[in-house]
Amino acid sequence: MALVEINNLHKSFGSNHVLRGIDFSVEQGEVVCVIGPSGSGKSTLLRCVNLLEVPQEGQVIVRGEDITDPDCHLDAARASIGMVFQQFNLFPHLSVLTNCAVAQTTVLKRKPEEAEKIARANLDRVGLTDKVHAFPAQLSGGQQQRVAIARALSMDPALMLFDEPTSALDPELVGDVLTVMRKLALEGMTMLVVTHEMAFARDVADRVVFMDGGVIVEQGPPAEVIGNPQEERTKLFLKRVLDPTHVQDN
Amino acid sequence: MTSPADTVVRKGLSPRKRAQRSRLIQYAILIALVLFALFSANWGQIGSVFFKPEFIKATFQDGVLQALVKTVEYTAGAFVIGLAGGTLLALMRLSSVGPYRWIATAYIEFFRGLPAIVVFIAFSLLPLAFEGMTIPFDPYGVVWLALGIVASAYMAEVIRAGIQAVPKGQIEAARSLGMSPGLALRKIVLPQAFRIVLAPLTNDLILLVKDSSLVFIIGVAATGYELTGFGRDLANTYSNLTPIVVCGFCYLIITLPLGILVRRLEARAEKSR
Repeated sequence: MALVEINNLHKSFGSNHVLRGIDFSVEQGEVVCVIGPSGSGKSTLLRCVNLLEVPQEGQVIVRGEDITDPDCHLDAARASIGMVFQQFNLFPHLSVLTNCAVAQTTVLKRKPEEAEKIARANLDRVGLTDKVHAFPAQLSGGQQQRVAIARALSMDPALMLFDEPTSALDPELVGDVLTVMRKLALEGMTMLVVTHEMAFARDVADRVVFMDGGVIVEQGPPAEVIGNPQEERTKLFLKRVLDPTHVQDN
Repeated sequence: MTSPADTVVRKGLSPRKRAQRSRLIQYAILIALVLFALFSANWGQIGSVFFKPEFIKATFQDGVLQALVKTVEYTAGAFVIGLAGGTLLALMRLSSVGPYRWIATAYIEFFRGLPAIVVFIAFSLLPLAFEGMTIPFDPYGVVWLALGIVASAYMAEVIRAGIQAVPKGQIEAARSLGMSPGLALRKIVLPQAFRIVLAPLTNDLILLVKDSSLVFIIGVAATGYELTGFGRDLANTYSNLTPIVVCGFCYLIITLPLGILVRRLEARAEKSR
């Protein structure tokens, strides 16, 4: 059974029909990168997986549980789905350590000592052992994003969602975050990543999904989707992304 | 080649010279007014009406410090009630349940639009209207309630603005970690909201210090006098304004440090932005 299964997903914001019938699944241990032009609905799709956006139609089944069902214990389901945001969204009033511990103690009801131990272990994993007592504002963007990853990992999630995790970073800080994500992938974490980092998608993803206009246009192994795209829209997008200086000749 | 600026007429004083001359004139007017005040005023009489040393001494002996303490006590209790009520009202205004929003809006608009003195008059008449009615912690209970009811309406709007100023991403992050709406509110949103409104809330506290002067409307016993009631009583007794002046300075002892605190908080908020 797939870890995430999405059936016929539709989402509109007012008259803007953002997702137009998405069928899609993620297997246990799989790393899936979602690429596509801005406005293609890829972030909305990701945000539907933990129901930060509520779809108008369709099902989102995570670990056999339909989270679009009103009877679903959504908070419990969310606790097992880690999410990393483009803008980090660390809690500015809490220290790095507390950022990673607060949901453990309040949601998972772990003892404070246990939560702290787990938080420290995960901060160690992202290479920020020396920053446990710092506050988010004292950290660089790359460090903040790695804390955000540690915060999500501290909940022992079955699945990690990454919503353009490096798009808000200065170029020289992108590498640190991608290195952490690469390590996670190697450790077997199930990951769904919305990204513009084509090199990351090519090297790390098991599968690449190309979205445009609210539908999945093409998907498959990175060598096929990025290396040898079949659809015209995919080709055009990749040409623009891989060679931004290319001037389109009409 | 001619630019459009070349056609601007250049005659008379340059703008900078003109500004300099205007400043000089303003200083001259100020000095003239001060000199006039210095020579025309009857300083002896002013001193004996407003700053008579023996009455200053008498004001202290009669217990201006106790009155100062009372003012602080009345204000502090009302602030606590205002803060609790204001937070509750703010949450009601942001509720997804329509009637809660309506009730909170009606309350806030009503008590913000009313002069505080009207509320105090109403409270002073309550025991007459409802015979035998008592409010606990006399006289504190009545004062805290009357002041707190008005303060909560003001603070509700400030706190609501603070809650809404917390970025949406904070709530999303909290919810994505599995926190319930209530938990996210308590642990993530409210702590940040109160940080944001610390300066404006301190401003409300300053207003509250001054509003506590309305306590004399309720007619508390002499032992319950705060600064204004105490000063007025003493000024009547001595037929001299010195006690009122002393009490006025006592208000400044409370409000000036608070004002400095507000500016510090604002500067800090500006820096962390």
